Amino acid sequence: MLVSEKSRNQTNQKEIGRGDLMDLWFSEFHTPSVKLAIKVSKQLYSGKSDFQQIDVFESPEFGRFLTLDGYMMLTQKDEFIYHEMMVHVPMCVHPDARKALVIGAGDGGVVRELVRYDSIEHIDVVEIDEEVVEVAKKYLPFTACGFDDPRVKFHFEDGLKYVRHHEDEYDLILVDSTDPFGPGEGLFTKEFYGNCYTALKEDGIMVNQNESPFYANDARAMQRAHKRIHANFPICRVYQAHIPTYPSGHWLFGFASKKYHPVRDMHAADWKSLGIETKYYNTNLHRGAFALPNYVQKLLEAMEELPGNDTTTTLNGGAKHASADEKKNGGKS
Amino acid sequence: MNSDFRKNQDRAPIAEALEAYSSERVVPFDVPGHKHGRGNPELTAFLGERTMTLDVNSMKPLDNLCHPVSVIKEAEELAAEAFGAKAAFFMVGGTTSAVQAMVFTVAARGDKIIVPRNVHRSVINAMVLCGAVPVYVDPGAHEELGIALGMQLSDIEAAIRDNPDAKAIFVNNPTYYGICSDLRGIVKLAHANGMQVVVDEAHGTHLSFSDRLPVSAMEAGADMASVSMHKSGGSLTQSAFLLVGSAKSSEGSGSDAKSTVTPDENRAPSIDPAYVRQIINLTQTTSGSYLFLSSLDLSRKRLALHGKELFDKVIDMAEYAREEINSIGGYYAIGSELVNGKEIYDFDKTKLVIHTLPVGLAGIEVYDLLRDEYDIQMEFGDFGNCLAYLSVGDRIRDVERLVGALSEIRRLFGKDPIISLPNNYIAPVVVLSPQEAFYADAEHIPFEKTVGRIAAESIMCYPPGIPVLAPGEKITEEVLEYLRYAQEKGCQITGAEDESLHTLKVVREKSGY
Repeated sequence: MLVSEKSRNQTNQKEIGRGDLMDLWFSEFHTPSVKLAIKVSKQLYSGKSDFQQIDVFESPEFGRFLTLDGYMMLTQKDEFIYHEMMVHVPMCVHPDARKALVIGAGDGGVVRELVRYDSIEHIDVVEIDEEVVEVAKKYLPFTACGFDDPRVKFHFEDGLKYVRHHEDEYDLILVDSTDPFGPGEGLFTKEFYGNCYTALKEDGIMVNQNESPFYANDARAMQRAHKRIHANFPICRVYQAHIPTYPSGHWLFGFASKKYHPVRDMHAADWKSLGIETKYYNTNLHRGAFALPNYVQKLLEAMEELPGNDTTTTLNGGAKHASADEKKNGGKS
Repeated sequence: MNSDFRKNQDRAPIAEALEAYSSERVVPFDVPGHKHGRGNPELTAFLGERTMTLDVNSMKPLDNLCHPVSVIKEAEELAAEAFGAKAAFFMVGGTTSAVQAMVFTVAARGDKIIVPRNVHRSVINAMVLCGAVPVYVDPGAHEELGIALGMQLSDIEAAIRDNPDAKAIFVNNPTYYGICSDLRGIVKLAHANGMQVVVDEAHGTHLSFSDRLPVSAMEAGADMASVSMHKSGGSLTQSAFLLVGSAKSSEGSGSDAKSTVTPDENRAPSIDPAYVRQIINLTQTTSGSYLFLSSLDLSRKRLALHGKELFDKVIDMAEYAREEINSIGGYYAIGSELVNGKEIYDFDKTKLVIHTLPVGLAGIEVYDLLRDEYDIQMEFGDFGNCLAYLSVGDRIRDVERLVGALSEIRRLFGKDPIISLPNNYIAPVVVLSPQEAFYADAEHIPFEKTVGRIAAESIMCYPPGIPVLAPGEKITEEVLEYLRYAQEKGCQITGAEDESLHTLKVVREKSGY
């Protein structure tokens, strides 16, 4: 029998096999017919908040990992890739980012990377589920370590609601959402991206978790997110990273801005002079991350050509970058 | 609510009987022919095996909707108890069928019923079928919002004075927009004059389950009410309850607010549920769907046991949404502040009506933008407003999406405020009953030449959604003037066969008319 998309939810299963040793595995369906399984040595936490099921496991290969509603959020071994790529890319582009808004991100990884910049003066963290933060503080100190920084302020509420009440305020908005279903679904909507546009200053940048291009369901979510951001921002680019525990391992981020181009406007030398030590990110990789495979480019371009999207540019298309800033539709007011 | 009530309401006799039936693995040599879905694999895959197994016909253990004696009877008794009614009937032909049954019960051919002018089409259609004659009361309209309101007691009093032979008063309560009339006052007035009160409570299922909401028809002492369980009550589309009130003749109508007045006298004949059953059986299917019946049964159980908490949540959500929408600027989400004790006697706080003209957009434009640009489906959009239907199935995060989208629509599409359209009430002159006009010979004649003729079609004008003409009504110079004016101002005029209004359809003249 086919398992529907929704039933991916029910995959937080423990398979007990035969043998002398305990054979405990966490598995997650990446499609109805593909699953990733990680050997678990111990379950450290299991609880249900008002919003979702929260679990923390210990594993031999990936160290500790956090799942929400049975979906992999981060592992100790590969979280650096996601968090570095979400933070350092925009920080290398924006010369003077002082005030940042982080939405989602209850695990703390994004904040940990952000507080490494002395230029950042204030970080608002909007997380709908306070229990995720509590669990992270207790079980995931490797990501939650930035939460104690005095520049960080928590707001436990719906990100969509929070951002609606702010205008022309932020240099940087980082949308570290879960998936476009469940409590995070509001963070994939056109109204949310539009509200983010309004909350950003005129040279502000928004970076979002943009799903994956590989499996059909994820690709659709990726396309929808891109279509909606593209309809709101004059500059809208997508970049990639390799995250082993996410479906297909091939993951995308969205870079949207009113003014800065992610590659042409990067300040590589300045960034290097900060001396921030990274495990994944570097400025060469920054440039390369925006060069996408043809099939991904095609999926994204299809969303830009839809009626209603004023497209005078194509995405990540080398020479065509020049026309990016001429696009006007994000500036409607 | 006493503990016995809760204990009984914990049961769902029809659903339980279906459960028992499906576990017995009975060999079906009866209809429906799909035989638990085996005969139609594609449909079974589409709807699910469980659904098909429950789609069965009347049989001994499952009772019969036309003449209930066992589980349906029990379920109807539980429903009556839950709604505070003398009797309840399970309806499977939509609330329309319940409304029709109410009209058929209180009026025969030639009998008058006092109705608000903005009455639902199903009521006029019922009159076409049974030959009853409407006596219209002006529901009033809100100047700015452009919506029809509720009937005022003084207007009903006048209608009763002019039509002492009327059999009943028909009330829409609450309206689509959540506007409520003084139901207790209407019941008292009607009963004192020997008239019955029937209430279209299609948009008010929840009223019976919360003390934070306007009075329900049964609580107010109405004789009958049609309740759309499928709207706010959670049952399947097309299922409804028809309720018969427990008000006894020559007794108080249950109004506690009017205790200083001499005890109400109910001169209206009381309604016999056995007669109502006969009326229902005139038009209702003899193979009522058990999917509908069990959905009514289980929804009634849920509302009886948890309705208060559930609707508390809905009310809180609607109040929150109103607050947030009103803080965006421009939009006006209407609320209890409109209540004036007259044509807005009370307001149903679960209704989320958003007035959009101040942001320079028609309600229907906002409706379309929400659908096309933001994947949000609203219930309804008219000239000045759009309506979100909040119910037991909504979540606060979806409300956040609506509010977020509305603020975006204002930013991206907002224009200068639009001025509301005119809405004068024209008192109709009823010459023929809807039935006579419906079956009469008719012809199209030029608009200008229709004065003095009898309309054979209905013409509706939005805003405020009140008919200008209905079949059987005399066309006057005033009517034509209003139509010209409304057309010029850009009102949406519907119902006429010739949409340009160059001609109108009128009853062919012959001797006698």
